Amino acid sequence: MNKRIIFAVAAAAALALAAVTFHASAADKLKVGFIGVGPIGDLGWTFQHDVGRQAMVKALGDKVDTTFVENVPEGADAERAIEQLARTGHKLIFTTSFGFMDATIKVAAKYPNVFFEHCTGFKRAANVSTYAARFYEGRYIQGQIAAKMSKSGVIGYIVSFPIPEVISGINSTILGAQSINPNIKVKIVWVNSWFDPPKEADAAKALVDQGADILTQHTDSPAAMQIAEQRGIHAFGQSSDMIKFGPKAQLTADTDYWGNYYTQRATAVLDGKWKSEDTWGGLDAGMVVMSPYTNMPDDVKKMAMETQAAITAGTLHPFKCPVVDQDGKTLECKGGTRLDDGQILSMNFYVKGIDDKVPGK
Amino acid sequence: MQLVLERRAERSAIIAIASPLIAIALTLVTVAVLFEIMGKSPITALSVYFIEPLTDPFSLQEIAVKATPLVMIAIGLSLCYIANIWNIGAEGQFIVGAVCGSWLAVRTNGTWVGPWVLPVMLLLGALGGALYGLIPALCRVYFGASEILTSLMLVYVGNLGMDYLVRGPWRDPHGLNFPTTAEFDRVATVPTLFVGAGRLHAGSVIALVVVMLATVLLGRMIMGFEIRLVGAAPKAARFSGFSTDRLVLFTFAVSGALAGLAGIIEVAGPIGHLDPGLSSGYGFTAIIVAFLGRLNPIGILFAGLFVALTFIGGETAQITMKVSPDFTKVFQGILLFYVLACDSLIIYRVRLIQSVRKPAHAA
Amino acid sequence: MLLEAILLSVIAASTPLLLAASGELVVERSGVLNLGVEGMMIVGAACGFAGAYMSGSTVVGALCGILAGAALAAIFGILTLGLAVNQVATGLALTILGVGLSGLIGKGFVGEKIVLVQHLHLPFLTDLPAVGRILFGEDPFVYVSIALIIGIWLFLYRTRAGLVLRAVGDNHASAHALGYPVLKIRMLAVLFGGGCAGLGGAFLPLAYTPFFIPGMTAGRGWIALALVVFASWRPLRLVGGAYLFGAVSILQLHTQALGLGVPPQLMSALPYLATVIVLVLISRTRGTAGSAAPACLGVVFVPDR
Repeated sequence: MNKRIIFAVAAAAALALAAVTFHASAADKLKVGFIGVGPIGDLGWTFQHDVGRQAMVKALGDKVDTTFVENVPEGADAERAIEQLARTGHKLIFTTSFGFMDATIKVAAKYPNVFFEHCTGFKRAANVSTYAARFYEGRYIQGQIAAKMSKSGVIGYIVSFPIPEVISGINSTILGAQSINPNIKVKIVWVNSWFDPPKEADAAKALVDQGADILTQHTDSPAAMQIAEQRGIHAFGQSSDMIKFGPKAQLTADTDYWGNYYTQRATAVLDGKWKSEDTWGGLDAGMVVMSPYTNMPDDVKKMAMETQAAITAGTLHPFKCPVVDQDGKTLECKGGTRLDDGQILSMNFYVKGIDDKVPGK
Repeated sequence: MQLVLERRAERSAIIAIASPLIAIALTLVTVAVLFEIMGKSPITALSVYFIEPLTDPFSLQEIAVKATPLVMIAIGLSLCYIANIWNIGAEGQFIVGAVCGSWLAVRTNGTWVGPWVLPVMLLLGALGGALYGLIPALCRVYFGASEILTSLMLVYVGNLGMDYLVRGPWRDPHGLNFPTTAEFDRVATVPTLFVGAGRLHAGSVIALVVVMLATVLLGRMIMGFEIRLVGAAPKAARFSGFSTDRLVLFTFAVSGALAGLAGIIEVAGPIGHLDPGLSSGYGFTAIIVAFLGRLNPIGILFAGLFVALTFIGGETAQITMKVSPDFTKVFQGILLFYVLACDSLIIYRVRLIQSVRKPAHAA
Repeated sequence: MLLEAILLSVIAASTPLLLAASGELVVERSGVLNLGVEGMMIVGAACGFAGAYMSGSTVVGALCGILAGAALAAIFGILTLGLAVNQVATGLALTILGVGLSGLIGKGFVGEKIVLVQHLHLPFLTDLPAVGRILFGEDPFVYVSIALIIGIWLFLYRTRAGLVLRAVGDNHASAHALGYPVLKIRMLAVLFGGGCAGLGGAFLPLAYTPFFIPGMTAGRGWIALALVVFASWRPLRLVGGAYLFGAVSILQLHTQALGLGVPPQLMSALPYLATVIVLVLISRTRGTAGSAAPACLGVVFVPDR
């Protein structure tokens, strides 16, 4: 009863203010929204999406007005957050995590005039595109570097969840490493989170204590890089350049660069040419960018750059056939001389040479 | 001179009515100051937080959707708290209820069994929550162990158990190894009330029914009287033959059941599948709602709606004003502080008196 | 060697728990249940990082953390001791407020990096094989945490003030009748507990991972609460409990790295299950009349006039 009175009074007072404060702004600007699963401050995945957003703003200037909603959990709240963006005039919405997939499709169905872009998903609609980067290309190069630089022959891998993107990353790293050292070993620790710095630090320590002298990760914080720096070993950054945290430790980082893609898609909306597409770009599309190769001898650097050039040109593919799994079975080579995209996107096995089992199998 | 707290001869009726208003007013003032410090216009911010979400049907529905689990859990908790029984484990009971109900959905996923699936899921959810809630109750009744701590610890155990199931045995075989169950079939989903236009679902109706049942229980039934008596005068209650132990078991079972029911409704409704991100702390927020609503069913209904309003407002504020989502938490914490403080003034008054110190015994 | 390395990790993981739980132990012994440990810890982490970043000194950072925790605890104290408000609700509100505040405070510092505190290095002792680094090569927080718990033990059991505090926790009515300032003692305990929690939180960005991330305490405050119960409110048992809980979290990662198939959730659940079991056991031995907890834990006290 009392609360109702308060609301009524306040509503009356605020109506006048609302009229003043919420007048329609310039209708020409394209409102672009972003939904992030973590904080921009993760200095990893979500951070890179914001970097991409900033690049788009720089390129398009006054034509766009952006909003970044961070820390949206992948559950019921996601649908509401996405819908909020749609309702507040955003015409192009990027949902930047796999777990937003169903929420994106549901909201897209209600707002056919809004364009949605879902990152790392596989469900599309007339107004839903998907996009991702071929992270595994960068990982192959990292694998090669690791094999050259490791003295113990053991790579430490810190990972989040056993989804295909992560598994193909592990496989690509190992295949790259095996091309230099067929006996390379890997130890894998699952932290069950994309982002948990203290746990990632603990995982890094555990791996190093067990003999790994090169660390790589598929989680989002620089914790492991920082441990590598402390322990005097080398590591690879993930998603963003982590050299600040590992000036002597970082060899390179497999960074995602979304700026060009975001600019292209926003331009497409502005020009009225947007259509639903599936984009999976790698080094060649500039969506995967390797941080400068540092802290390694020149011959290793040369090798890395040659491999990078080969992958970019398409003459080398990380998953070139034959690919043999842990059980010794050779995979059907659906892409001609390499595994095809479908196989990579649904990868659910480890390649030969990895001793662990894929969790949950 | 010192400030002391003095018990009033009888509860102050004026403050009892004015307390929530004063608390809200104080909160708004404090929050306005904080906004000012953060460089945002206080009037705009307050309007975005509280007025905006009330102005359109979509947000109104979202408020109801968000409030539904909060109200249901809080009603159950209020039964415990009135009797001075401290169930802090509602979060765990919520999760366990969701898991138990989801079991049926996962088992029958993809196959048509009949419209009885959903009601049975809800029943399983309530049952699971009730049984899980009985664990701390039994520990207290038979071992004298503090129910505050046992129920709290079980929250983590429940969460981890759910985490294990969702990443392992119950994982969607077509979900590319992502830690989530398959999407529930239509027949296993809580129906929305306005098809295609909003997410308001049948769970909200159930919540309203719960509110009404609780009002009846507390106001007109012996058990309700017992609860209130045990809380107000435990010795008198014992003298009258009411057993605290029985009450502990009853209230934990009921609040566990309500929390579990809320859990399965949330999973089978707005979310649609079981995944580790299931609860954004509903069990703990519900404790705030219970206190905000002064442990009274109607009060809890309004309190739940109000707290849900702050969540929705917070999300809008993030989008339109770039206010950090942390602010909603700060707001909720401050609100609860003021409500608790103002409520205390119903029973006590603060007075300034001359110090009268008894010398400490030289032992 | 691997064992030494694991022990070092365990000690590092256990220290924030030990710091926060030590403070809470004193608070609970005085009869107050402050569930807001997580909130105080994370505010300590945010302010600790901010202080260290702006001043360049770990000590300043640590002090900021302590003050932040104590400030939040002061709010708790005013409400529960000054206004006789329900402790459970206030503690929870404190947690929520603390998490929110830390996010707001820390937002401006995300992405920045500081220098981790230096570990001790004694010329001959630290280089001893096996035990050198464990005993003589730790960071200052570890030594502080040990000194703290020993100090608390001495205080509680070997000083009159400690005896009074325990009396206040076990029977506040009698303590009041004897003329002891129950509320003042409890307030001091609450402030102390807040400071310890703040220090425990500050440990994370100052000595563990040199940056601040929102939510970086990840529930350690709740574990600290469990620890106090697990240790039956006894300081020396608290040390063992803290290292045990820390060990479980570290070992869980090692078993993964070794390829053993133990489900990580089971290992993570063990500390909580253990706490429930311990609670049940210690309550049983005292009979159904009560547990080993301070008898007045959580009971509101208003001095009669």
